[in-house]
Amino acid sequence: MATLLNNPTYRGYAFQIVFVLVLGWLVWDIIDNTARNLQKANIAAGYGFLDRTAGFGIVQKLVDYAESSSYGRALLIGLLNTLLVSGLGIILATVLGFIVGVARLSSNWLVSRVAAAYVEILRNIPLLLQLFFWYFMVLRAVPGMREKWTLFGVFHLNIGGLHVPKLVLGETAWVIGAAILIAIAIMIFVAKWGAARQSATGYRPPVGWINLAVLIGLPVAAFFVAGQPLHFDVPVFNETGPLLMRGFQADSGMTVIPEFVGLLLSLSLYTAAYIAEVVRSGIQAVSRGQTEAAASLGLRPRQTLRLVVVPQAMRVIIPPLTNQYLNLTKNSSLAVAVAYPDLVAVGGTVLNQTGQAVEVVSIWMLFYLGLSFLTSAVMGYFNKRAALVER
Amino acid sequence: MNAPSQTFVSDVIIPAQAPPRNSVGINGWMRKNLFSTPLNSIMTVILVVFIVWAVTPFIRFTLIDATWSGADRQVCLQSSGACWAYVKAYLPQFIYGRYPIGERWRVDLVFWILVIGMVPMLIPRAPFKRLNAIFLLGIFPVAAFILLTGGHYQFAGRLIPNSIMPPSPLRFAIEFGIVSAVILFFVGLFAWLSGRPIAGSGNVVGTILAGIAAVLALCSIDFGLVPVETANWGGLLVTLVVAITGMIASLPLGILLALGRRSEMPVVRLASTIFIEVWRGVPLITVLFMASVMLPLFLPDGVTFDKLLRALIGVALFNAAYMAETIRGGLQAIPRGQYEGAKALGLGYWQMMRMIILPQSLRIVIPGIVGSFISLFKDTTLVIIIGLYDFLGQIQASANDAKWASPVTGLTGYIFAAMVFWAFCFSMSRYAAFTERRLDRGRR
Repeated sequence: MATLLNNPTYRGYAFQIVFVLVLGWLVWDIIDNTARNLQKANIAAGYGFLDRTAGFGIVQKLVDYAESSSYGRALLIGLLNTLLVSGLGIILATVLGFIVGVARLSSNWLVSRVAAAYVEILRNIPLLLQLFFWYFMVLRAVPGMREKWTLFGVFHLNIGGLHVPKLVLGETAWVIGAAILIAIAIMIFVAKWGAARQSATGYRPPVGWINLAVLIGLPVAAFFVAGQPLHFDVPVFNETGPLLMRGFQADSGMTVIPEFVGLLLSLSLYTAAYIAEVVRSGIQAVSRGQTEAAASLGLRPRQTLRLVVVPQAMRVIIPPLTNQYLNLTKNSSLAVAVAYPDLVAVGGTVLNQTGQAVEVVSIWMLFYLGLSFLTSAVMGYFNKRAALVER
Repeated sequence: MNAPSQTFVSDVIIPAQAPPRNSVGINGWMRKNLFSTPLNSIMTVILVVFIVWAVTPFIRFTLIDATWSGADRQVCLQSSGACWAYVKAYLPQFIYGRYPIGERWRVDLVFWILVIGMVPMLIPRAPFKRLNAIFLLGIFPVAAFILLTGGHYQFAGRLIPNSIMPPSPLRFAIEFGIVSAVILFFVGLFAWLSGRPIAGSGNVVGTILAGIAAVLALCSIDFGLVPVETANWGGLLVTLVVAITGMIASLPLGILLALGRRSEMPVVRLASTIFIEVWRGVPLITVLFMASVMLPLFLPDGVTFDKLLRALIGVALFNAAYMAETIRGGLQAIPRGQYEGAKALGLGYWQMMRMIILPQSLRIVIPGIVGSFISLFKDTTLVIIIGLYDFLGQIQASANDAKWASPVTGLTGYIFAAMVFWAFCFSMSRYAAFTERRLDRGRR
């Protein structure tokens, strides 16, 4: 008995059995309590409520939705809104973050100081506070419905939101889409041909210029061939007329609601500060010897950057960068604080109306967990490809 | 005919000349750092213009045009600058929320105890680190709990049926004794079966049980403090309570989870991994929603948690997952030889962890822990969403107060909040950087 108990293998088994029993008891107890509490509150467990009529409106919808739509549809709208704000936020934050990150390493003292100040200020103030600032202080301080501020002549801002021209697709607009796809196919082919040519002859054809011409030329040509199927629907602003009719005409242009603008601004500015740090440390991780070696091989500074520094920096940058993308997506749930209808805000409304707490929370978790697992799977694949192959 | 030698050797030493005027001093510095290339010059000029454009209004608003004193909104109505008079009038509320005015000394006392405990902990050279840690992680939380809530907690017990014995602290004490005895019995049995000294295992478990009993007894003693409902807590008090409790509670849990994820037992490893990844994969808001609407469903009849406690549980579990990943990083950084050396000396798993591995790895991850405390501190603002009034929530709520409502009140409040949060977070991040440099030096 004593030897058996002191044998690490058997002790491991015994411990794991006890662990499973305790965990199972805990889970069973929770499920049991929940079932009893739900019964007491007269709530039927299950996802049946998703088919019932929602009965509330949503201010921003990417696909059809009306008050008579179902709860499931409402949650879908929320999910799409989350994806929209995160997707755009990721693009903006990446662009700004790379600019700031590179600026921090600038030889210009003032540029690097301003970039550092940007990072240190934005990183150390809670995102929610920044969101409140943009939403309540900036977007609520703009002119009322009957007035506007104009930026660059095409963007108009007032309390109703940001009014921008809407891109209207004509019937033959698909030709342009097809042209873009063909252009991309040609570009891939040209890049391959260029690489083959370079390794065969030592001279690199001007791949970049050819590709640029293809990318711009083909769609433009298609635009004219198809009979100019694109135009912008500019928001119409009535300055005269009866008082109630003044302001932006309801069916003209596109209106971006202020909740969206505020959330997008705060998310991208905040995350950009983190991305800047990621980029800076990534570039600094490339040892100086690499740059010097590239220079002594006769590479020009631009070539050094493109062929030596960036590929190596990317290997360091991309894992934490994806992490920041995930963070931004998760942080987009702060939408609920300014009533932007994202998945969490819509889910909160559904939860309040139906009391289906377990189901709604499970939908939230499933979505965010699915997203992180997807990201880490893609990351794992990328890491395997980009990992340093030591010879 | 030989030409006379043209060699010329100077017999005086030419005095060193001053470097060119444009390479030294402020001039040289500017040439080198601001105007080295045309592009740099253009960027410098643009940035200077931008800074003047952005910073001037800010300084005007916060300092030059600001209103510094006054009794109500009248002083700020016409002003185009910050209304600091409003911040001054509301400062106690921003700090304590609706904590009763007569009892606020208790909050102050807790704060100073924390400062006294923290400062020597943060100074690397200060002695008695172990005692200090015990004070901070063991004694301080109990003292803070009693002081802030008022203590005098009525335990009732729930295992013995009401028909045998009505709910009372005595019933709880008896139940606690019975449970302790059962635990001690099994520990003793296990020790006896595996042929070890029974006293050894019993001592450890017995000490832990006695410690818990002492803490519970302290919490139930009536110190004559007026009880203060957590619903009345607010402001910076709630921010600090959530952040610090979340931190202290998540530290041991995070260590266990980190060890679990690196365990050789597949079941434990799987459970820890799932726990960590689930919490890390979801946003804190959903965790808080879950804590506020789902946690009550999980509990048996008659057990209720107040709103603050529910938020604390959510935050602690959430943070524990992040903490576990930070600590795991530290565990992985310990060379294999340390593990093997510990095993070769005949140490058991827990002895090895407690005496060899954890002291080294925890020291490595101090910057990471401070970093995760900073994010936790910022994230505490989210408790507004489940209806708690933390520092930001209190400011947000007060800005609409009719007594002080003015066009500048809201912005003043946000600027004040931003400055306070920034000061906290920035100094912590500097501290993290300082410890990191120190560790680097030690390892080199």
